Amino acid sequence: MAEKKLRKKMGERSVVERITDFQEVPLGYTLEEAISEAKRCIQCKNPQCVKGCPVEIDIPGFLKYLALGNFESAIKKIKETNSLPAVCGRVCPQEEQCELKCVLGVKGEPVGIGNLERFLADWERAENRKQKAESGEKKKDKIAVVGSGPAGLTCAGDLARLGYQITVFESLHVTGGVLTYGIPEFRLPKKIVEMEIDYIKSLGVEIKTDMLIGNVYTIEELLKEYKAVFIGSGAGLPKFMDIPGENFDGVYSANEYLFRVNMMKAWKFPEYLTPIKIGKKVAVVGGGNVAMDAARVSLRLGAEEVCIIYRRTKNEMPARKEEVHRAEEEGIIFKNLTLPIAYHADEKGWVKDAKCIQMELGEPDSSGRRRPVPIEGSNFKIPVETVIVAIGNSPNPLIPHRTPNLKTERWGGVIITNEGATSISGVFAGGDIVRGAATVISAMGDGKRAAKAIHKMLSA
Amino acid sequence: MPKILSKEKLSENISKIVVEAPHVAKATKPGQFIVVVPTENAERIPLTIADFDKKQGTITIIFQIVGATTRILNSLKEGDNIAHILGPLGVPSHMEKFGTVVVIGGGVGIAEIYPVVKSLKETGNEVITIIGARCKELLIYESELRTQSAELKTTTDDGSSGRKGFVSDELKDIINSGKKIDRVIVVGPVPMMRVCCDVTKPLAIKTMVSLNTLMLDATGMCGICRVTVGGETKFACVEGPEFDGHQVDFGELASRLSAYKNKEKEADNHVCRLLKNG
Repeated sequence: MAEKKLRKKMGERSVVERITDFQEVPLGYTLEEAISEAKRCIQCKNPQCVKGCPVEIDIPGFLKYLALGNFESAIKKIKETNSLPAVCGRVCPQEEQCELKCVLGVKGEPVGIGNLERFLADWERAENRKQKAESGEKKKDKIAVVGSGPAGLTCAGDLARLGYQITVFESLHVTGGVLTYGIPEFRLPKKIVEMEIDYIKSLGVEIKTDMLIGNVYTIEELLKEYKAVFIGSGAGLPKFMDIPGENFDGVYSANEYLFRVNMMKAWKFPEYLTPIKIGKKVAVVGGGNVAMDAARVSLRLGAEEVCIIYRRTKNEMPARKEEVHRAEEEGIIFKNLTLPIAYHADEKGWVKDAKCIQMELGEPDSSGRRRPVPIEGSNFKIPVETVIVAIGNSPNPLIPHRTPNLKTERWGGVIITNEGATSISGVFAGGDIVRGAATVISAMGDGKRAAKAIHKMLSA
Repeated sequence: MPKILSKEKLSENISKIVVEAPHVAKATKPGQFIVVVPTENAERIPLTIADFDKKQGTITIIFQIVGATTRILNSLKEGDNIAHILGPLGVPSHMEKFGTVVVIGGGVGIAEIYPVVKSLKETGNEVITIIGARCKELLIYESELRTQSAELKTTTDDGSSGRKGFVSDELKDIINSGKKIDRVIVVGPVPMMRVCCDVTKPLAIKTMVSLNTLMLDATGMCGICRVTVGGETKFACVEGPEFDGHQVDFGELASRLSAYKNKEKEADNHVCRLLKNG
């Protein structure tokens, strides 16, 4: 029997080095590591990994080429169904998707599919081998895509490949949606996002920035010029806990905090003019990936002590294990089973402490996780100068407000069919505008599904 | 990119620019605003649309130089392009035939009331306009507003034009004269809006204020524009900028507006140096 090979670990920068700047943490596989890791794939006849991929990448297909050292064919295989491989290779939760289903994972470690996808995308970029985009026969039909985040870009890319004429309307001054404003540079360099978007543009997609659909043009107006509309307008208003003191200065929503740093490049102040104010002691409230990002950004902005305040335990944290691990490595303090109940401010109105209560885990709730219950009389204060509330956001309210016929859930999510169609004929939706706050890859899956449905509708 | 078609200096620190932005002009209604990013490294700043011409496809912006980004905007000349303009944003002013409406503008807020006054008049209201500033030089848009108003009253802090005093003094006089006022709209600095609301609140005269909160994306995402109205948190960019002034927590608003003061000064110094060195 052949000797079982262990999964190749990806190299990463040391903690001491990385927390002083915004450069990427993982270093990526070397050429040899990548080929050797790809060879671990046993090329299942009925590959389960593909079923775990929301954008249906032919995983054994690209791994086969990669194992042979044929990088060009390997990346081409990925790009048949995924226009954003450098993004997915970095931010997809592979451990819950393709890699979770990999049969090698039953007795050992799954193939490092995500790392390999990243390797190929980076190889292509380094080699500067911009693939000549192959699109189908040009079609006359024009389609409007609202939002240039992962859902919109995927929908636009897939439809452009089928030959449709696509215009993407982006409300912000920079493209990329959450890839640009949400995910920090050290986890997803903006150069990489730009290059992925350049690839989508090379497919013939036109992107118009500074265009707020709903206000500039209504969805009805778009339908007069475009055969179909895809709404991927993403995240909206940040959630707060409705506790006293949340409007004090120094209390940020994660959206605002990350927008300042990532989109407006406040970390390069004053070369970039948008300021950010960070105290010595920072508390981030929440346990998701966004909370980890905000905490790690704070360290890099020079905070001396950063803690995560989370009401359950590490086991229930929705953040990726990898992100929690990196945050811990970097010295983020986890105050689990803790719930803020009020903030206090100094005489100038700047937050100075968070009043918290200790929690314990009770019976499981509707999410299946054990419900956190406050322990009476366990109140205590955490001194802070900056608080970042990272407990999620609702879907963006703008388009639903301006589109009376667009049916939404009571919490604001646009209601869609299994094919991604909304209550208005010819209008489709996906991503956070439908789901609230979800992952990049689920948004991409939604964009892909809508593209299929739009193509089906227009081919009928 | 939106091009500056004309530029005029209204006073020492206030400029007026007319910008080519057909898609913004086409959709604008009175009371709405835009976000301006004059150069790629600048901030996203909200500015009220002082006027718009759907036929010409232009919008007029009047701004005061208060920091780094407005200083950069002011350094642009006729024929220059503005990197980014997003709009129209916010909920338009509610328009109907109220009867007699007193519209009050203070400082750069004077320009911002112009489209509102015009539209109120067109809707059949009797508009009494009060404008106030520190001194005569800062009292902008006087003749434009005069043609749109049934009555125009002016005040200056130093008495260099109109009444020496505050807009709230004029407001009190109108109320004391026994005239029935159906609505008051105030746009200006926070203390001015607060004082006007203090005057109308005991008399239960509906008073709308247009809030100039800090903003980033201004599309309902970042949450920095949150303001407490009637005990509830509201987001000025998508639920405002106009709110019932009697319900607004002005103290909180003032504090939130000054949250970045030191940093803003630092950025402004940086820009001053850059502009000086050409």
